[in-house]
Amino acid sequence: MNSGDIIQIRDLCKTYRVGKVDVPALRGVDLDVQKGHFLSIIGPSGSGKSTLFHIIGGLTPPTSGSVVVDGKDLSAMTDAARTRMRKRTVGFVFQKFNLLPNLTARDNIAVARYIGGTAARPEPEFEEVLRLLGINDRLDHKPNALSGGEQQRVAIARAIVNHPAILLADEPTGNLDTENSKAVLEVLRDLNRRLGQTILMITHNPEAAAYGDSTVHMRDGRIAERT
Amino acid sequence: MRSLLSILLIGVPVTLILCLVGLSHGFIEDSQRRARGVGADILIRPKSSSMFSLGYTMPAALVDYFRKQPHVKTATGVLNATVEGVTLGASGVDLKEFDTMSGGFVLKSGGPFQGPDDAIVDEYFADQKNYHAGSRIKMLNSEWRVSGVMESGKLSHIVVPLDSLQMKTGNTGKVSQIYLKLDDPANTGVTKEYLEKLPALESYPIYALEDYTSALNVNNIPALKGFTIVIMGIGVVIGFAVVCLSMYMSVLQRTREIGILKSLGGSKGFILGIIMTEAFMLGIGGTILGIIMSYGAYWLIHTLVPASLPMIIVYEWWYIAGAITVVGALLGALYPGLTAAAHDPIEALSYE
Repeated sequence: MNSGDIIQIRDLCKTYRVGKVDVPALRGVDLDVQKGHFLSIIGPSGSGKSTLFHIIGGLTPPTSGSVVVDGKDLSAMTDAARTRMRKRTVGFVFQKFNLLPNLTARDNIAVARYIGGTAARPEPEFEEVLRLLGINDRLDHKPNALSGGEQQRVAIARAIVNHPAILLADEPTGNLDTENSKAVLEVLRDLNRRLGQTILMITHNPEAAAYGDSTVHMRDGRIAERT
Repeated sequence: MRSLLSILLIGVPVTLILCLVGLSHGFIEDSQRRARGVGADILIRPKSSSMFSLGYTMPAALVDYFRKQPHVKTATGVLNATVEGVTLGASGVDLKEFDTMSGGFVLKSGGPFQGPDDAIVDEYFADQKNYHAGSRIKMLNSEWRVSGVMESGKLSHIVVPLDSLQMKTGNTGKVSQIYLKLDDPANTGVTKEYLEKLPALESYPIYALEDYTSALNVNNIPALKGFTIVIMGIGVVIGFAVVCLSMYMSVLQRTREIGILKSLGGSKGFILGIIMTEAFMLGIGGTILGIIMSYGAYWLIHTLVPASLPMIIVYEWWYIAGAITVVGALLGALYPGLTAAAHDPIEALSYE
């Protein structure tokens, strides 16, 4: 662990209760991620990737262990405190884009600003980010008028509009064709390199994982390898 | 579509409330106008009767007795009979006496009574029934001839000779009320007090006509207040049920969207606020639609039954009906709103 780590995870366990059965999803995960790092997390289904993603993002509390994100210990946080943390500390990108269908791309971004407690209109510099994402001329369209790649880039814009410490991407190319997958991965790499955005990306695809600075392999709720 | 249907369903009780209030206020205003139209200063009702009681009569001979009292310039007795419901009645008058007191009916067509079976109807009743001078009408088990159509605003929608109405209703020698016109309206108070002290008039309600018309208000009509409260209660319940179901469906349909908002940092209060705001908007929309529909009902009533149902638009009740509806809508949205706020974000995001 060093002072440059934006994520510090020690002996993280998470057990879900399914009926009367305890199902362990994470069984003692230790992970440090430096600020500005692009980390890919790869592993088979049921390896605990998504659970790790949800805990780092503050969507669910850990069962035991410590998770410190941007200096905040999530294991000691209440539900309300984790909700507040999600406003500005983390940004999510999902496999299914998860844009609000009745709003335009611009309004989807504005909603994140509103919830984050900042002015609905992003700073002028954000226009440059929108150009980088290639969606600056598609902002007045609703999601159903955008291609999958465009929707995912709008989702990325929404995720970073509040300048989160960490961008969490869960299978961001899982619903995209090869061309759009490549475009989205390049956008993520550009964001990381140009803006120093810390990114954690879950993927099944080793080619996608290769866009990261390093890769964590998960299996059976543990980190099996870091390359 | 769901929202539009909800607005429509919320609007119905608003219309009901506004129509009920419009009808009751219309009935009262109409009664006040007709009472004032007589031109009398004092009204005497039958012994032991109340302001709104029907069917009470008193001897017509009292009219002569009142004529002899101090300050009384003219007196006339009127017999009332119900024709259709409580709002549509006929009045039997001595036309000569009544003309002296009121200045006479303003006839728009035809003329005064020519025979014992003649009737003068007002313009609303004539429009409603498509009658005109010369028409034959059946009422009170008899056939009558419309001798003239008058401007509305004095006594009832239908006026017939007093003797005929007394005979056909089995009230020979009786009247329902007696009107007195004084030598000077300023003497009304003194005369009323004097009459009330006469032993022969004990138990006869005697009203200064201005007091009588002022006392004609919604709160004094038996059971109307209670009925209005029941309709308002139904409005709250319908608003509650419609919005509760609508918002519950909405929460189910938007589970994933709720998950998205939560992932963005939307708090429970934020989610609840969205649902409550939508319910508020549904309530406002329902109120506006209800008001519009009440104008539709007003038009229908004035077109089809202008004499039977004297409805008016009571603007101050827009706010009351709106408040009732919005309260019902907000109460109805509370459970779905709290359900939405309590959604687990991970489960909500994985909802298909």
